[in-house]
Amino acid sequence: MKYLDEYRDARIARALAAEIRRRSSRRWVLMEICGGQTHTLMRYGIDELLGDSVELVHGPGCPVCVTPLELIDRAIHLARRADVTLVSYGDMLRVPGSETDLFHVKAEGGDIRIVYSPTDAVNLARTLPNRKVVFFAIGFETTAPAHAMAVLQAERLGLTNFSLLVSHVLVPPAIRSLLASPKNRVQGFIAPGHVCTVVGCRDYEDLVREFRVPIVVGGFEPVDLLEAIRMLVIQLEEGRAELENQYVRSVQYEGNRPAQAAVARVFESADRKWRGIGSIPESGLYLKPEYASFDAERTFDLADICAQEPAECISAEVLLGHKKPTDCTAFGTRCTPDKPLGAPMVSSEGACAAYYQYKRHLVTL
Amino acid sequence: MPRTTNTNAISSHSKPVSNDEPKDLTAFSCPVPLPAGERILLGHGSGGKLSADLLQQVFLPALGNPVLDRLEDQATVSLNGVRLAVTTDSFVVKPLFFRGGDIGSLAVHGTINDLAMGAAQPLWLSAAFILEEGLPLETLQRIVASMHQAAAGAGVPIITGDTKVVEKGSADGLFINTTGIGRVRDGVYLSSSQARPGDVILVSGFLGDHGIAILAEREGLQFETQVTSDSAPLHALVAQLLDATQEIRCLRDPTRGGLSSTLNEIAAASGVGMELEETAIPVREDVRGACEMLGLDPLYVANEGKLVAIVAAPAAHQALSALQHHPLGQHAAIIGRVTADHPCMVVLRTLLGTTRIVDMLVGDQLPRIC
Repeated sequence: MKYLDEYRDARIARALAAEIRRRSSRRWVLMEICGGQTHTLMRYGIDELLGDSVELVHGPGCPVCVTPLELIDRAIHLARRADVTLVSYGDMLRVPGSETDLFHVKAEGGDIRIVYSPTDAVNLARTLPNRKVVFFAIGFETTAPAHAMAVLQAERLGLTNFSLLVSHVLVPPAIRSLLASPKNRVQGFIAPGHVCTVVGCRDYEDLVREFRVPIVVGGFEPVDLLEAIRMLVIQLEEGRAELENQYVRSVQYEGNRPAQAAVARVFESADRKWRGIGSIPESGLYLKPEYASFDAERTFDLADICAQEPAECISAEVLLGHKKPTDCTAFGTRCTPDKPLGAPMVSSEGACAAYYQYKRHLVTL
Repeated sequence: MPRTTNTNAISSHSKPVSNDEPKDLTAFSCPVPLPAGERILLGHGSGGKLSADLLQQVFLPALGNPVLDRLEDQATVSLNGVRLAVTTDSFVVKPLFFRGGDIGSLAVHGTINDLAMGAAQPLWLSAAFILEEGLPLETLQRIVASMHQAAAGAGVPIITGDTKVVEKGSADGLFINTTGIGRVRDGVYLSSSQARPGDVILVSGFLGDHGIAILAEREGLQFETQVTSDSAPLHALVAQLLDATQEIRCLRDPTRGGLSSTLNEIAAASGVGMELEETAIPVREDVRGACEMLGLDPLYVANEGKLVAIVAAPAAHQALSALQHHPLGQHAAIIGRVTADHPCMVVLRTLLGTTRIVDMLVGDQLPRIC
């Protein structure tokens, strides 16, 4: 496939890996932010190619994983209501809440529909005027514009039976909180290419300046990631800390302005809880007060539904890169994709799930 | 298909057991109750781990016997010295019509293939219909005509049937069950438990066509593709393969759960490991493209006209050539080998020369593909 096969070329990948190994004078600790990048690294065994030159730690960039437990519980509460049709991306149905998951609620008779696009949820609200259609809007900056457009579309259509259960998180505040932590050992970041395609690079430039840490905006194919790692290693070896863009075929400095405008019109930022990590200042998007009628948290009064996360799970340390999934005593035994104890084992993009799915043969359980 | 799933707990009979053996009553165990409040999820029908749980927790404890316990795609029984294969399968595919077939042709091919994987020449089929009130008669006629065409094309008559109608809302158009009886080829004993280190793994052609053809028709997922379901009867291909060599250990059709689930089941049943070469696995360009777009791995996508063969190494090229000389096997390929290392695990050597696991499918977000 054009624009894909060349980024999976074994010869180029091996040459890049060899250069990274040759240039590294010490073992650099790098973090990829996005779960999609983690998935590629594991799926293609890129860590095997790098040997000891680089330690890759995996960031908190899986939106399914970091959706807080209480929001899952709120979605479950809504899906159990006789008057609600809950619409969601498929991945969310497997995510365990405090007591059950949406797949089980569906089996109990809950009206839950899986869609690939929020537009489908708006269309559903049009065709089911007697149902309250709630879209479970999760994600990072990448899905926010489509969710904003869904609200604007519903407003234009005058729909009163459509709302969003919003669980939106933002990447730069999470990196800031990680860099500010005294336990941080990450020396360079691969920023998420899809997020930067939407929001641009400005916020990452601020982080580079503030913390003197190199950041390279990276793509999602093996050659993209190896190139980004190479760029980071060169910066570190030369003692530089700059923002660079590896993913030039998609990311522009300013990002996608119309998408940013749609998000700014509908959403505002505030503190947000991340599953496995806790609250991070200014790290979430919420519907603005003028769109309160599209906000399921307000129209259904869900504030009383709260939840505690299991204590055994070390997901905070995994999501912040302090520990590897395999450092966890429950990994692969008490915690599997079937019965996840915590966030990173939940979605295929989660770091623990990626290790379990692709790397179990190299680990002694 | 009576899906063989995780067969860890299954004894490895290398020869079929006749149906007149007395049932061992001391082996009877009480069904393990599922936790209170548990319900059937869509994932229980995925052919993956949840389906295996149902077998182990519900069906085998209650119904187990030496024939059923083997958990092959077909039961093999002896009657007056003649070995017969019996299999049954229900079809609930949505939509009813898709590019390359429909629920009717699929119901014929699926059951023929389950017989063929046991080295059986299909002899007879039954067909039972569960119809939803309100189904247009014209739809039923089209489907029945398609079944006739598929059965006649394969040379296997449908000799008995049944019809039930349920209230509107109790079925999605129609469901079909087919049962098949076939005669097992003399001297051939195939089983998922017979893979041995050193054996070679073959597939008969491009993977993932059926699953992608179905997904392309799904509500909310419409995308343009020329991919056609590979639904086809494989008994003639199998006959050609078995004519060429007797060194076949096991045949399976990788339907629900795709190649990955089938190979994991064989690895578990035989207590061996497997190593695949990513670059050797045949996948069409359009299927790869659709999988990229939908975030799917072609190794997990269903097939309805492909087989996996585990073959003793010295016969591998003979087997490959036999497959490639049949129209349904012209894109056959050797994709890997059986290992003594990492038992019960399937490992893939990636494009980059690194390794990763190819696991059983967990959960199923896009059910009802067959």
